[in-house]
Amino acid sequence: MSDKILMKGNEVLGEAAIIAGCRYYFGYPITPQNEVPAYMARRLPQVDGTFLQAESEIAAINMVFGASAAGARVMTSSSSPGISLKQEGISYLSGARLPAVVVNMMRGGPGLGNIAGAQGDYYQATRGGGNGDYRTVALAPATVQEIADLTIKSFDIADKYRVVVMLMGDGFLGQMAEGVSLPEPSNQKFDKPWALSGAEGREPNIVASLRLNPEDALEKLNDELQATYTQIEENETMSESYMTDDADYLLVAYGMSSRICRSALRALRKEGVKVGLFRPITLWPFPEKELQKAAEGKQKVLTVEMSAGQMLEDVKLSLNGTADIDFYGRTAGMLPDIDEIVRRVKNYGK
Amino acid sequence: MTEKIIFAGFGGQGVLLSGKLLCIAGMREGKYVSHIPSYGAEMRGGTANCQVIISDEEVASPVVFHPDIAIVLNTPSLIKFEPRVKAGGLLIYNSSLIDEKPSRTDITVVDIAANDIAEENGSSRSANMAVIGKLLKQKPELASLESTIAALEEAVSARNRKFNPVNEKVLKAGYAA
Amino acid sequence: MESKGAQFEYIYEKPESLREVKTHYCPGCGHGIVHKLIAESMDELEIQDKTILVAPVGCSVLAYNYIDADGCEAAHGRAPAVATGLKRVHPDKVVISYQGDGDLLAIGTAETIHAANRGENITVIFVNNAIYGMTGGQMAPTTMDKQVTKTTPYGRDTSDVGFPIRACEMLATLERPVFIERTSVHDVKNIRKAKKAIKKALQNQAEGKGYSFVEVLSMCPTNWGVDSQTAVAFVKDTMAPYYPLGNFRDR
Repeated sequence: MSDKILMKGNEVLGEAAIIAGCRYYFGYPITPQNEVPAYMARRLPQVDGTFLQAESEIAAINMVFGASAAGARVMTSSSSPGISLKQEGISYLSGARLPAVVVNMMRGGPGLGNIAGAQGDYYQATRGGGNGDYRTVALAPATVQEIADLTIKSFDIADKYRVVVMLMGDGFLGQMAEGVSLPEPSNQKFDKPWALSGAEGREPNIVASLRLNPEDALEKLNDELQATYTQIEENETMSESYMTDDADYLLVAYGMSSRICRSALRALRKEGVKVGLFRPITLWPFPEKELQKAAEGKQKVLTVEMSAGQMLEDVKLSLNGTADIDFYGRTAGMLPDIDEIVRRVKNYGK
Repeated sequence: MTEKIIFAGFGGQGVLLSGKLLCIAGMREGKYVSHIPSYGAEMRGGTANCQVIISDEEVASPVVFHPDIAIVLNTPSLIKFEPRVKAGGLLIYNSSLIDEKPSRTDITVVDIAANDIAEENGSSRSANMAVIGKLLKQKPELASLESTIAALEEAVSARNRKFNPVNEKVLKAGYAA
Repeated sequence: MESKGAQFEYIYEKPESLREVKTHYCPGCGHGIVHKLIAESMDELEIQDKTILVAPVGCSVLAYNYIDADGCEAAHGRAPAVATGLKRVHPDKVVISYQGDGDLLAIGTAETIHAANRGENITVIFVNNAIYGMTGGQMAPTTMDKQVTKTTPYGRDTSDVGFPIRACEMLATLERPVFIERTSVHDVKNIRKAKKAIKKALQNQAEGKGYSFVEVLSMCPTNWGVDSQTAVAFVKDTMAPYYPLGNFRDR
């Protein structure tokens, strides 16, 4: 007997956030993540938490700003067009050094696009969709269980480094249900002496990104941010290398497309084709060294995405001319075809 | 064992619940399962479907385009999914509501008068249970009838649990049919 | 009044809740007066160490450098949303959303209306000087008919860009706000009234009554391109007739 429960990605996300100690959720409805606000609306009042349906994604991310400034663990979720609206807030959160967890259950774009799962927001998440020199940590789960586990991790990373963590799922992962063991809380505690609570018994705190003096104030803030990002790169980079050691060919994919690649890998291995899979779990920081290791000596590296080739850029930057790189992607909420991946890899050997 | 299944019908026939029930039953027996519903605009127009995988190994891609098994509860679903079933696969169709016969000869075709069986055993609303019963009989490796009956409590929402005695009866009747 | 020294008596002091800093506001600007009224009210209500001030984007972007309390930045127009987040976490603290006219009635109209409609237990202080100050004198949603600004060089043309928006009247259509009042700081009599309204609005929050809104008509001689006296006259003779002073709700 298994003690797992069958849960949708979008719902387990909510439950895991509550396990992580998140008691504040602000959001605005958008498909395909509507189960998140619905779940939080039902569950948060049961744990004395606050759910608020904001008047817009913009308002929601700014409510997140306020709650985070007040020292609380707080989350918002949306899907691609809504995440675009939140970018201003994400930049401000980053500049004000406020922790927050922002979930993007990606859908087809650009514009209103469609509501099927996609991976077209990789650039937005890893390059910063808002203004200024900032980074958001971007975590990409591939299973419902991993959504749960990485949600817990997201809150810890956010609090530890005072940064915004983006959890990058897609419509399929959010909608699909799998067996999941609910994670344990990490029980990590983070002091927040900078938080606003009224200045009783201490000097007043100011939470702001505004630094009008460029030399000794704004650049200092930027230097601090960059130092933090270096630490995150050193400590938090995550990836999975699957059957890469003996492989002649390497597939590189994350999230939902990595699962499609895994199916292709199984089919290819059955036919005796030695292929491995490298899966970034952190999209930023990108697991550069780990990919270099996995790609060493491979005849071909095939990057597979549900986009026109965005992570591809990081694969190229990481491998820096040392590998022969191919790309296969579908956009608009279409899924890469397992048979096509199989066909391509077999073709490399010819 | 890896079985890729599509359940399809119109909204209200309990298509999503059928997939969920089978997943929970399989999961309780230690199998890996995944369930993807059709959602949003795809659901407009009254058709619903879900893609289910029950497997002994971790589910790689949860997407089912060419199923090993298709369960179709109404005519539009038959038209849509019959051509997609893998050669050698299984098609179970609800002959209470589908008049024409499936035409493929390279797959196993099984019919069940799901609505009639359900009605005889308490409520035509439980027609989906008759079909699942039939499926379990055809593919016992997916999950046992006992596990599936036990999974009803978890799969069915609190609001509808009062129908579970009927659901159980129809499941058994479908299994025996 | 505390007596210090042998011959002299203090009849006026800097409020405790106001920091000892030089002002960056222009001569004749009303923001400093409004800051002082807030600080005095905080002193009198003894809420200095319970207060969190949300500063907007606009001339008062650095308001937290004057008010001696916890301070928080907000993106342009989002102060009521930020205040909502703060207040939901700290329902026992006093959260002030300090906003100008562009912030409150242009870019942040949605946040303004919805925070009021929810009846967030916050205090919104709205300084209406009929112009964008920080960016150098562009049209505000409250710029008067025919008023010349950088972006209305021929005067505001209401047939093109609409009429100035009356915030109090608009918010008074909503059920949840408990206190809505329009005041002015163009003369002593009105400054006293403004003080009373601001204090009441803060007191309401401290007592858990709900959303309170105080609009303050204020002078911007620099961007209006006039001297201080003329600016005062503009508030009195041009703004106040269009934006009637007085209470719109007091529950």
